Amino acid sequence: MIRVQDLRKSFGRTKALDGLDLQVSVGEVHGFLGPNGSGKSTTIRVLLGLLRADAGTVTLLGGDPWRDVTRLHRRLAYVPGEVSLWPNLTGGEVIDLLGRLRGGLNPKRRATLLERFDLDPTKKCRAYYKGNRQKVALVAALASDVELLLLDEPTSGLDPLMEQTFRDCIEQGRDDGRSVLLSSHILAEAEALCDRVSIIRAGRNVETGTLTELRHLTRTSISADLAGPPNGVASLRGIHDLDVEGNRVRFDVDAAYLDEALRGLTEVGVRGLVSQPPTLEQLFLEHYGNGSAGGRPADPAGAAARS
Amino acid sequence: MTGVTGVGPLVRLAVRRDRVLLPVWAVLLAGMAGLSASATVGLYPDLASRVQAAQNINATSSLVGLYGRIYDVTALGALATIKLGGFGAALLGVLGLVLIVRHTRAEEEAGRLELVGAGVVGRYAALTAALLVTTTALVAIGALTSGALIAAGLPSSGSIAFGLSWAGTGIAFAAVGAVAAQMTTSARGAIGAAGATLGLAYLLRGIGDSSDPDGLRWLSWLSPVGWAQQVRPYAGDRWLLLTPLLALAVATSAVAYVLLARRDLGAGLLTDRPGPATAPAGLRSPLGLAWRLHRVALAAWLVAFLLVGIVVGNIASDVGGLLNSAQARDMILRLGGRHGLTDAFLAAEFSIVGVLASVYGVQAAMRLRVEETALRAEPLLATAVSRARWTASHTVVAVLGTTALMVGAGLGAGTAYAAHTGDSAQIGRVLGAALVQLPAVWVLTGVVVAAFGLAPRFVAAGWAALAIFLLIGQLGAIFEFPQWVMDLSPYTHVPRLPGGPFGPTPMLWLLGIAAALTGVGFASFRRRDLG
Repeated sequence: MIRVQDLRKSFGRTKALDGLDLQVSVGEVHGFLGPNGSGKSTTIRVLLGLLRADAGTVTLLGGDPWRDVTRLHRRLAYVPGEVSLWPNLTGGEVIDLLGRLRGGLNPKRRATLLERFDLDPTKKCRAYYKGNRQKVALVAALASDVELLLLDEPTSGLDPLMEQTFRDCIEQGRDDGRSVLLSSHILAEAEALCDRVSIIRAGRNVETGTLTELRHLTRTSISADLAGPPNGVASLRGIHDLDVEGNRVRFDVDAAYLDEALRGLTEVGVRGLVSQPPTLEQLFLEHYGNGSAGGRPADPAGAAARS
Repeated sequence: MTGVTGVGPLVRLAVRRDRVLLPVWAVLLAGMAGLSASATVGLYPDLASRVQAAQNINATSSLVGLYGRIYDVTALGALATIKLGGFGAALLGVLGLVLIVRHTRAEEEAGRLELVGAGVVGRYAALTAALLVTTTALVAIGALTSGALIAAGLPSSGSIAFGLSWAGTGIAFAAVGAVAAQMTTSARGAIGAAGATLGLAYLLRGIGDSSDPDGLRWLSWLSPVGWAQQVRPYAGDRWLLLTPLLALAVATSAVAYVLLARRDLGAGLLTDRPGPATAPAGLRSPLGLAWRLHRVALAAWLVAFLLVGIVVGNIASDVGGLLNSAQARDMILRLGGRHGLTDAFLAAEFSIVGVLASVYGVQAAMRLRVEETALRAEPLLATAVSRARWTASHTVVAVLGTTALMVGAGLGAGTAYAAHTGDSAQIGRVLGAALVQLPAVWVLTGVVVAAFGLAPRFVAAGWAALAIFLLIGQLGAIFEFPQWVMDLSPYTHVPRLPGGPFGPTPMLWLLGIAAALTGVGFASFRRRDLG
């Protein structure tokens, strides 16, 4: 579906993309994660042929996004992060217009989506707040029969209820065999929806894989009630943020040392144990929070040595 | 928190945003007044010629309707400022209402006022700041204009009265703009409503001024523009008549404050009616969308061009009687008789109408950049619409729109002129004179499209080009610019029709240049990044 290799794009002296790789396979919902300004929107705009790549190869639906614009665009739909609409057109008119320009939309699905997103199509666009403008773009995209959806932070203006509706729609799209590139910094969304994720920072990938694969690289949170004082826990390898309160301990442990840590705990005697899988928030914190610029935390020993 | 907390920072913000716009307007308006006054002073050196000219104007009802009446035929100032008294005051009205809407409703519509309103800013702060900045600017422009008129050699008392009547009209319509900004939800709608009020006021005084004293003359008294003219600068300086303008400004501003107190942020008193839930069949292409986006404005322009055409056609019918001194008769004879003079007048007027049509063309083509920076081009270009097709949509509207405008003006003038002369063959002749302007007009839209493709940040080059060509045309003859400078302007190459010689070569050249510029724009937009 999408194959991007060593993509580079600069705006003046700012390097927006600095050797980005991205691969999305058919039928996959691919999360595209990164903090603001990391190059997610720039990548999507290159994929849409709105920006021209400085270097690197980009293949989209088997074509060149810069040259085969109209042919490729018939097969995809796009929801921009910042949806700006014509103030004197109604939402319904915009949905129809964008659908027609893409080569037609499914009227039945259009009606269902309007209902599910609770959107009034007779309102003028100037009367819509951000969330509603986003819904207009979403309905227009989801009601089209396309193979690929490019969604740039599509839920940033939606309330939680509508976010759930959005997730249901994406699930359904996946079942219908569509591929999705979903950029987001809402991690729960990616966790709930995505088969694989690419994490980027400063215009280059720092991680790609399924969530399970990525979790191998990350820490698990452990909190335990012990039979006695937790002597020796502090000396365990791969332990971070240790917090001791009487016989109770709380710490994060690198996946590679989980086994060792649990053995250390059972030596003292475990009365109660809660372990939590890493959330994507933690993945993010590891990549962006601890100042490990460009460093790959894939090497647990390295990660441990830094903290 | 009081209602006007935060006015200070908002005033500074407004001044910062308008730091170019306002000085440019001030210099343009005051300069226009000063230059045209000194030109008139030079044109009519003795009393007799002045009186003659003033009486001729007063006797020509179409001119009185267009500009107003000269209340003291012996006063040089009254003659020198006749074209500016009502028309210039209306221009200040436009400036006033646009400024107010720009700093209130436009900000609110864009959501920026919400951002500001969340800070330590009172409910009335934005409106108050807008009124303060606008009033100050208008008074300053009025003072500058008074200065320019005095410098041109006109009496100071009348010049001050003139500046005040300008500023007063501007402030009154700024207040009208403030009310309109509370009524509608869009800045465009507010400017439209307030502008229509101004147009109506101008029309009322036009009908009133050109009517008999015992007929409809009283209509002028219903119009704020009429009040400004009744101050009669240089012809009595009736200072007291500034009070109705001020009273209107104060009362209307008060209404705006009351309305503001009663509505929600972002809402207007006139709510949007719901529209269609599905798109009409015509809305299925970039051109369909462009037509939808341009059609209301184009219709308004078209009405204005029709009216201008009718006025031009009417004056053309009277123009032979305008200059009935011995010298003028001699000149008319040399120009080819009465008919030649009318033709020369029509040709001169149509060259001005052509420039006005270029204003529309530049602005319509510039919509490309507006749509791009507003991020509204992106969703379209992400569909199966090619860049060329999208660029073509607004370009086509600019080209066909200017054509419609010139057809409107030509038909208006031709019909009015034919009705006066009883010669229906004049319609085609006059229409042709309007249409020959079009290739030059399209060169200007071509400049905009080329700039849009090559250097989108400098798409305002279209305005710059228009201003330069206009200056070449206006000043070239006076300062005797070398011919190659004159030739830079496309307007130089337009045949002086009706009456003048007509050769297709310059027209074809202009068409070729317009097409080449447009082609460059299309090709380079295809190659550049969006955004």
